Amino acid sequence: MMLEATGLIGGYGGADILKGVDLAVDQGEIVVIVGPNGAGKSTAMKAIFGLVQVRAGAVRFRGEDITNAAPDTLVPRGMAYVPQERNVFPTLTVHENLEMGAYIRRDDFRAVIDQVYELFPPLKEKRRQAAGELSGGQRQMVAFGRALMTEPALLLLDEPTAGLSPLFMEEIFDRVIAVNKTGVGILMVEQNARQALGVAHRGYVLSTGENRFADTGPALLANREVAESFLGG
Amino acid sequence: MIDFVNQYLIPALVLGCIYSLGAIGISMIFAILRFAHFAHGDLMAMGAYLGLFLVGIIDLLPLDGLSVNAKVLIALPFSFVATAAAAILIDRLFYKPFRKSKTIILVIASFGIALMLRSLIQLFFGADVLNYSTGIRFPLEMFKPLRVQERYVYIVVVTLALMFALHFMLTRTRTGKAMRAMSDDADLARVSGINTEKVVMWTWIIGGGLAAVAGTFLAMDTRLVPTMGWDLLLPTFAAAILGGLGRPYGAIAGGMIIGAMEELSTFPWIGDGPLISPDYKTAVAFAVMVLMLVFRPQGLFGGRVL
Ligand SMILES: Nc1ncnc2c1ncn2[C@@H]1O[C@H](COP(=O)(O)OP(=O)(O)OP(=O)(O)O)[C@@H](O)[C@H]1O
Ligand SMILES: [Mg+2]
Repeated sequence: MMLEATGLIGGYGGADILKGVDLAVDQGEIVVIVGPNGAGKSTAMKAIFGLVQVRAGAVRFRGEDITNAAPDTLVPRGMAYVPQERNVFPTLTVHENLEMGAYIRRDDFRAVIDQVYELFPPLKEKRRQAAGELSGGQRQMVAFGRALMTEPALLLLDEPTAGLSPLFMEEIFDRVIAVNKTGVGILMVEQNARQALGVAHRGYVLSTGENRFADTGPALLANREVAESFLGG
Repeated sequence: MIDFVNQYLIPALVLGCIYSLGAIGISMIFAILRFAHFAHGDLMAMGAYLGLFLVGIIDLLPLDGLSVNAKVLIALPFSFVATAAAAILIDRLFYKPFRKSKTIILVIASFGIALMLRSLIQLFFGADVLNYSTGIRFPLEMFKPLRVQERYVYIVVVTLALMFALHFMLTRTRTGKAMRAMSDDADLARVSGINTEKVVMWTWIIGGGLAAVAGTFLAMDTRLVPTMGWDLLLPTFAAAILGGLGRPYGAIAGGMIIGAMEELSTFPWIGDGPLISPDYKTAVAFAVMVLMLVFRPQGLFGGRVL
């Protein structure tokens, strides 16, 4: 496994939010985390990325122990993370947002910016516009594109389609698949659980800070219990 | 009319330049480090006194025919660098340990630094009013009939040059863009892999360096007293808040507006006497700051809220 989180326990200083969460992503996989609001999905992702203190359990990435490693040390190792909220620099232009994604790169990354523009053509048109002025969907594209600038091996996406119309949602999922086809592992939290599990190789159902189900995407979709309790029947 | 320009408008522009230079640092430090840096005024005073010290050294050199203003200008880059270095040192020793603590702790720490700097200044230079030119000033007239003092020209030209340099840095360089990114969202900056400690260091270089220039220019225009930092704190904070915290261009505009309001408030708009006695002109800055905090805390250019 490229990423392996085992028995994660931790939270924000008060009571533990995560009560023993296991997650894993293999090379080139799309893995989706679903679950009700407040289940700890975002918290689990933050714990992997060093933004939430892990009190017990371990996170390993490409064989290295990265438990509680600082986020800025994870980026050079090949991880990238798109938070659920506040995921663009609002006063920076679209282009500058992408440049900041490439901050750690000292090489010529113009080709990568062009690839991002190819993936998200609307961004190319708006490249000189402040990211804060864009629509929700375009902002998600900027956030996604920013994370791609380091050409990560593993991409963590927290609800990349939150608040988007079905059309935009489809578009984002298409891009997720496209990026994954280039060999990037993807761990994605999603509220649009059915659609997300539809594109996932594997999925986890999280509830009250614990793993409830873990299986392949199609198997979770076919599971009646999962469907009734977590996918709205 | 020409008297109005000479006695009010030109001094207003000069004061605006001084306030702007101080306010830029306050604004950027607030956005990037999330605290109101109350030692900023004393950093400005420190720059001014370093200038005095350096002018004293230049006087020892066998250089003839240099005007006082020229000596101050020669001293300026050195006091810029020294004050920036002092700011970085203060940050490392006294602010960095509290980076993850509550904001109020940093605010109080900066109060402590303010008092410490002021005491140091008094210790080395005494409490008396001092002057770069020790007495003689040439009322040089340029651009007749406008009466523009030589020092006014230096102040305005250097301020403009520094502002262009700042603009260039913030929009063209990797570190400058990272500074803007971090003042937008420090967490996202960290998550993107931005070296936030390096950004913090550059914030002190710019904030401290420009503070030194502001202090030196105020001293060039008026005088040096150990409490000058305290006097500068209010108008520069008012300027930073007026422009919107975290908006360097807002701080420039805010500084110009506060400078203009202070100077123009002493003009005899109604009747013969000044509208507001010059003794009370800082009240203008205070009033602007309070009004902004109450009615538009994000400032004119939509910055952070204190
Ligand atoms: N910064 C924080 N400080 C303290 N508690 C938090 C913080 N963020 C989240 N929590 C709490 O942690 C729990 C899990 O939140 P989390 O954001 O991980 O849920 P989630 O599964 O991502 O939900 P959603 O679907 O709404 O995004 C919630 O009870 C929430 O109130
Ligand atoms: Mg969440």
